[in-house]
Amino acid sequence: MAEFLLACAGFILAAVAVGLVRVLRGPADADRMLAAQLLGTGGVAVLLLVAAATGVSAVVDVALTLALVSTFASAAFVATSDGE
Amino acid sequence: MTVAWAVDLGLAALIVAVAVATVTARGTFAAAVGFVACGLLLALAWVQLAAVDVALTEAAIGALTGMLLLGAAAHLHPTEAGMVAERPGVALRGAATLLCAVVTGALAIVVLSLPDPAPSLAPAAAAHLPATELGNPVTAVLMAYRAIDTLVEKVVVLVALLAVWSLAPDPRWGGRPGASRRRQRDDALAFLAQLLPPIGIVAGVYLVWTSADHPGGAFPGSTLLAAMWLLARMAGLVDAPAVSRRWLRIALVAGPVVFLAVGLAGFAWADRFLAYPDGWAKPLILGIEAAMTVSIAVTLAMLVEGPPERSLSPDAQRAAGERSSSGLEPEP
Amino acid sequence: MSFVLDVFTVVAVAAGAFFFVAGTVGLLRFPDSLCRLHALTKADNLGLGLVVLGLLPQVEGALAAGRLIAVWLLAQLAGTTVTQLLARSARRSGPLA
Repeated sequence: MAEFLLACAGFILAAVAVGLVRVLRGPADADRMLAAQLLGTGGVAVLLLVAAATGVSAVVDVALTLALVSTFASAAFVATSDGE
Repeated sequence: MTVAWAVDLGLAALIVAVAVATVTARGTFAAAVGFVACGLLLALAWVQLAAVDVALTEAAIGALTGMLLLGAAAHLHPTEAGMVAERPGVALRGAATLLCAVVTGALAIVVLSLPDPAPSLAPAAAAHLPATELGNPVTAVLMAYRAIDTLVEKVVVLVALLAVWSLAPDPRWGGRPGASRRRQRDDALAFLAQLLPPIGIVAGVYLVWTSADHPGGAFPGSTLLAAMWLLARMAGLVDAPAVSRRWLRIALVAGPVVFLAVGLAGFAWADRFLAYPDGWAKPLILGIEAAMTVSIAVTLAMLVEGPPERSLSPDAQRAAGERSSSGLEPEP
Repeated sequence: MSFVLDVFTVVAVAAGAFFFVAGTVGLLRFPDSLCRLHALTKADNLGLGLVVLGLLPQVEGALAAGRLIAVWLLAQLAGTTVTQLLARSARRSGPLA
């Protein structure tokens, strides 16, 4: 079970990482931030899976922090790009 | 090859790929977002290396550095075309690449040539843990074994803030940093700034509180607190305090002062600087961490805000900054 | 009983992973910024939700399960609001950005 959860974590990581191509391509700045936000959500899922696979419950705290931080980064993008 | 190995390898390759893409990105904004993505991936890498405290710090600090970089990218947007035209020549970039490659090679050689098993103080740190009554060896290292390093680091962060403040033009000294933001009606950003801070504050305080026995720490906790305040500031719900305010300055120095006071008291009750008497280690450490959390949160928030850019009105200047100032001079 | 729970975990987590892939495919293939935002919320909602659902039988105690659900709710709430903000920014860049 732990192996399966870890494999799923790797799979989800690969999936959202492919989405990072949008950072290089996406014509609008919002597209780039979208990809980072998806990476944040994927990262939360990966961390929750790793926490269950390794049994280290503190990793759930990292997932919580990551969720807050990726939201904050997107909000910072919107606030700073509006200021023009 | 086990699954864990495959995931580690994939993560490492991903970090390298994103880093290369960030460095070679065309636009400033793409590079800033690439940096944010790199930070998120590094937090995952720290978790894979079983360094949960470092992962928390990496994730939390990624918020503030992300905000700084995104703000800078937005600021530089109008001048970006001219900047691209002024790119340094191939020779300079080649020299920079060579320097980076040399540093990377040197690091790789050092890490790969470590004896097996690598020298480590972890067993010694774990052996003395019961004397500190803490359950988290990282907190023990930060606050007990190497407390002097932590104290000096906190003073350095404060000095960095002073350096940022020194960039203010003379007439603005003592004023409020950053631009003023007005709250817009029915704004989703204002809603987010009302929804997230209560959760973020609880999470930040929780990280500080739990650092005694579980991974956490005063630094990631207070970074989250600073980030929540900055969120409210971005939405226009609060305004930055003027840097001449007494309460601000007290909050900034409270942490280092408490730390230093406990350190000097160590001469009295345990005949060494920063030594804790038996049985009092944990409450003293928690007390220091509480004061530090306030100081670090305020310091980091003011660091991101930047140097003062708006003067106080003459009335408020005369009143020595105890009443809230009303007039904000527009930028000339 | 524990075998049934394990099967449930496997199915739910695999389904969650599928929705993350769907999110990436949407992000890369949809023609418009606003369309790509839809892909994002599917990953937030269904992807993370199914992963959390699948992990619930694997954790010890109601408190740990509550933590997982709390993280998912936070990711959803915050993600939804952020999507609104990103949509506003995307609209400002032009209708065919």
